[in-house]
Amino acid sequence: MEKQQLIPELYRKEYSKMVTVLCSRLGITFIEAAEDIVSDTFLTAAETWGMKGVPENPAAWLYTVAKNKAINYLKHNRVIEKQLKSDPSHSSDQSFEMEIDLSPQNITDSQLQMMFAICHPLIPPEAQVSLALRILCGFTIDEIASALLTNKGTINKRLFRAKEKLRTGNVKISFPESTAIDARLQTVLITLYLLFNEGYYSASPDKVLRKDFCLEAMRLALLLAEHPQTRKPGVHALLSLMCFQASRFDARITQSGDLVLYEKQDSSLWDTDLINRGNYFFVKASATGEISRYHVEAAIAWWHTHQADTREKWENILRLYNQLLIIEYSPMAALNRAYAFSRVYGKEKAIVEAESLQLSGNLFYHSLLGELFTDIDDAMAIWHLEQALTLVGTQPERAVLTARLSTLMDAMNR
Amino acid sequence: MKEYVLIFRMSNNADFRPTPAQMQEVMTSWTNWMGSIAARDKLVNSGNRLGIKEAKTVMSGNVVTDGPYTEVKEFINGYITIRSNSIEEAVEIAKGCPMLNGGGKVEVRGVVTPEDFSG
Repeated sequence: MEKQQLIPELYRKEYSKMVTVLCSRLGITFIEAAEDIVSDTFLTAAETWGMKGVPENPAAWLYTVAKNKAINYLKHNRVIEKQLKSDPSHSSDQSFEMEIDLSPQNITDSQLQMMFAICHPLIPPEAQVSLALRILCGFTIDEIASALLTNKGTINKRLFRAKEKLRTGNVKISFPESTAIDARLQTVLITLYLLFNEGYYSASPDKVLRKDFCLEAMRLALLLAEHPQTRKPGVHALLSLMCFQASRFDARITQSGDLVLYEKQDSSLWDTDLINRGNYFFVKASATGEISRYHVEAAIAWWHTHQADTREKWENILRLYNQLLIIEYSPMAALNRAYAFSRVYGKEKAIVEAESLQLSGNLFYHSLLGELFTDIDDAMAIWHLEQALTLVGTQPERAVLTARLSTLMDAMNR
Repeated sequence: MKEYVLIFRMSNNADFRPTPAQMQEVMTSWTNWMGSIAARDKLVNSGNRLGIKEAKTVMSGNVVTDGPYTEVKEFINGYITIRSNSIEEAVEIAKGCPMLNGGGKVEVRGVVTPEDFSG
């Protein structure tokens, strides 16, 4: 390992674990103190290792130092001492000799409990994603801001408000009651899916970072899938969906950050290992017969792992989009359904379906109608693509639309 | 937006013996129709199919008759709830119902809410 990479890699791997364990020991009120202690530990490491050389087991070194810093923090913070005293489960003697359990089991449990705390209904979804990226995945503020295409100030503010809400709402870092776990798990799954999509659909040019977001979302979903209290069909279905989607990650973006449309992807770049894992989780998800939106979305994603266009494929995808929309409406699913409809029943019938959606002003609505009108009514196709161009936010999407538009213009002028 | 119930009325058609392929087609047209309502975010409730075999009609005077028939040989076999801006729009949606291809009818009824007693 290159020495220059050592601290960033340890930071990515260990920061979140250390903060989470300290926080679940101290309580959510001390989330910032826990972050400070861990940041300070890394600073100490950088200085000490720079002077005296890197220890044999750097992670263990970090854990020991963080543990000592936490105990010192408690010793010197009388306010906290008082609070711990008033809580019968923590006598002051214990607090000085406190145990900070850094066993793998406790690290996993703490991460899961923190996941439930962060994905609390009190916290807006957007803030949940940022908190998860910071606290559960250990991304730096710079990295989060870059991937979410915003600035550090916005992320800092968002994190600050969210932590405030965790404190004032007295959110507990613990597993929800068994009767509430299914409902709370839904919020967790939505956030993990958002987190995954931030990586998958982000317009950030940093392809490595984007992939890291996806992998982190999958790592957290895997933690849920492996824990007896959260091993539920919906979790396996989401994990399966993520595996199928992620299998195309390398094929859908070129090295220079350009988008490659599904039809044009080189399927030899699809990751068969991830597709197999997706199949494995889908089988697990189907064990009980329960069907969630993630089951349906995973089934759609499974059909997309077969590039060959057969009537059977598109009939199934259309049926699944019908089913998905009946479970839960979303404009994106409605537009994807209209596309699948065109593949089964032809463009002319699909235009009627698409126009009935009344999603004028939606980028993907105009982009879809641009596609459907192509070769049917090129003037309409051009009009819709021009509408789409006024709405497009990111450079790779703009490039795709511009290319389609100029092909149409050329055809019209010929 | 107001809510409307679409009630599917059928009458017995003993001669109708669909092939598996026809049945598949019936199923596909139903999911496509329901999907197209849901795609416009107008599906409130995907409703229920109502059984024919287990059906009785209870009337006053302790009279119970066999069957679901509201009129001679006509019965309700299901319903869904949709939302739309007007009864006209609800009727447009109902016109796409596959029930109509099989000799059935669709009754469109506004849902009475506490704010609206006009019925």
